[in-house]
Amino acid sequence: MKAHGKAHCYGDNIDTDVIIPARYLNTVSHEELAAHCMEDLDKEFLRRVKPGDVMVGQKNFGCGSSREHAPIAIKACGISCVIAATFARIFYRNAINIGLPILECPEAAAAISNGDEVEVDFDTGVIRDLTTGAVFQAQPFPPFIQNIIQKGGLIPSLF
Amino acid sequence: MGMTMTQKILAAHAGLPRVEAGQLIEAKLDLVLGNDITSPVAIRAMEECGAQTVFDRDRIALVLDHFTPNKDIKAAEQCRVVRDFARKHRITHFYDVGRMGIEHALLPEQGLVGPGDCVIGADSHTCTYGALGAFSTGVGSTDMAAGMISGKAWFKVPAAIRVALRGTLPPWVSGKDVILHLIGTIGVDGALYQSLEFTGEGVAALSMDDRLCIANMAIEAGAKNGIFPVDEVTRDYCRGRFLRESVEFSADPDAEYTRTVEIDLSALRPVVAFPHLPGNTRTIDEVGDVPVDQCVIGSCTNGRMGDLRAAAAVLKGRKVAPGVRCIILPGTQDIYLQALREGLAEIFVTAGAVFSTPTCGPCLGGHMGVLGKGERAVSTTNRNFVGRMGHVESEVYLASPAVAAASAVTGRITDPATLE
Repeated sequence: MKAHGKAHCYGDNIDTDVIIPARYLNTVSHEELAAHCMEDLDKEFLRRVKPGDVMVGQKNFGCGSSREHAPIAIKACGISCVIAATFARIFYRNAINIGLPILECPEAAAAISNGDEVEVDFDTGVIRDLTTGAVFQAQPFPPFIQNIIQKGGLIPSLF
Repeated sequence: MGMTMTQKILAAHAGLPRVEAGQLIEAKLDLVLGNDITSPVAIRAMEECGAQTVFDRDRIALVLDHFTPNKDIKAAEQCRVVRDFARKHRITHFYDVGRMGIEHALLPEQGLVGPGDCVIGADSHTCTYGALGAFSTGVGSTDMAAGMISGKAWFKVPAAIRVALRGTLPPWVSGKDVILHLIGTIGVDGALYQSLEFTGEGVAALSMDDRLCIANMAIEAGAKNGIFPVDEVTRDYCRGRFLRESVEFSADPDAEYTRTVEIDLSALRPVVAFPHLPGNTRTIDEVGDVPVDQCVIGSCTNGRMGDLRAAAAVLKGRKVAPGVRCIILPGTQDIYLQALREGLAEIFVTAGAVFSTPTCGPCLGGHMGVLGKGERAVSTTNRNFVGRMGHVESEVYLASPAVAAASAVTGRITDPATLE
């Protein structure tokens, strides 16, 4: 499985309050959550994002609240995967559990620039910056987590 | 090589003689928690997969605390979903308005969590119960749904950082200052994927309210959990409250830690975290002149009796400064009642503060104290991210109840020791 799209780059400690502000947590609608994704940090994001695009963060991406609304909002606005140097642990679990692919790769996170065209191969963990030609290798998921992803999320993996 | 306290609890709940850092395990859960924001998503996940029953109706806690009493129609609808689910599955520990409190103040108080437990909650501050010698950690709604169905959760066994405490806290310095100091020292991702294990002779002198506050903000250093050893303070707190069997775990003498952070409690000063990260800390002596529009005292971090007493000690006989809104929220109904009995409510209202029912409301910019453009709050809550308490151009400064109360009196961030 591959993702292919433009990169939307952010810095360290992108927290769940800027990914989806708490004032919108009175809904579980994926469309409504997507309509406010990142708006407190980057008002242009929702205008620029296209299906398949890739979000890039640096250290501690997704820190803060346990709200699953955060990865849901990112996924529902069309982002195909998130690449970061490190992820906050609850966000990491939540993304896997809802089927939003995430990749830890400090080298790619540091090198990819906003707007670069990026291709990600989830099976091999290879990330290509097609704009610069650079190639990066992300940490592959442990088999336990690969099983969750293959079954389409945590709940299907229970049965 | 020995195991840390956290590793021992996880091994016991996974039915394994030993575990080591990095190992993936499946652990039995003693309690699964959700609130009015996260439970509706979990309930939907359960219903979509066709699960008809929960693993144990006595081991699920549903607490309507975030946007309650309902702030708007959508919030009311979310609570209705949880209420209907609780009724359908006859959930024993369902807490609605009138009985509810802020979940992490409520669960320890009601004895739903105790030493040796393994707990997940769909709320990041579930790590609070580490104060009682439990392993507890925040997860998302899907993990909550899986936990409600199976009574189990998967974990990657964490490595640990040892936080060695010595000395005793000086006047006007509290558990909040300890944890803000620690986060300022190691950073907001300083304990990422790891446990924070609090040890040392300084632990004994920390009250349970201080320990709960410290463990509560372990997540703000990125930690999976924060945990305290079980001692007389824990046993006194749990006596007559926690009715399941306490199991006291302790770290092996040769347990491995990735690092040790030493804190001399007697050398600490009140600490303030500046916008927009909990790790952006300064001591009260380095704050400078910071005028505030609002002071919030409460939350799962600082809404307990010890916190309200500290605020009352400052506000007694004093007035909230003109132009400042001071909002005080007890953590639970029992705390509310105790504050009435002790005369704290009268002190607060006489001082010109609002004394509200329990709610998470203002902490996450939900209701009961949302900030406008350019406004600034000093708050005893746990996060000061951009827009956390309201407008994207508002600011939150995190501090202890005593500092927040003193700041309400002067209208600028203030060391309580300097009040006349």
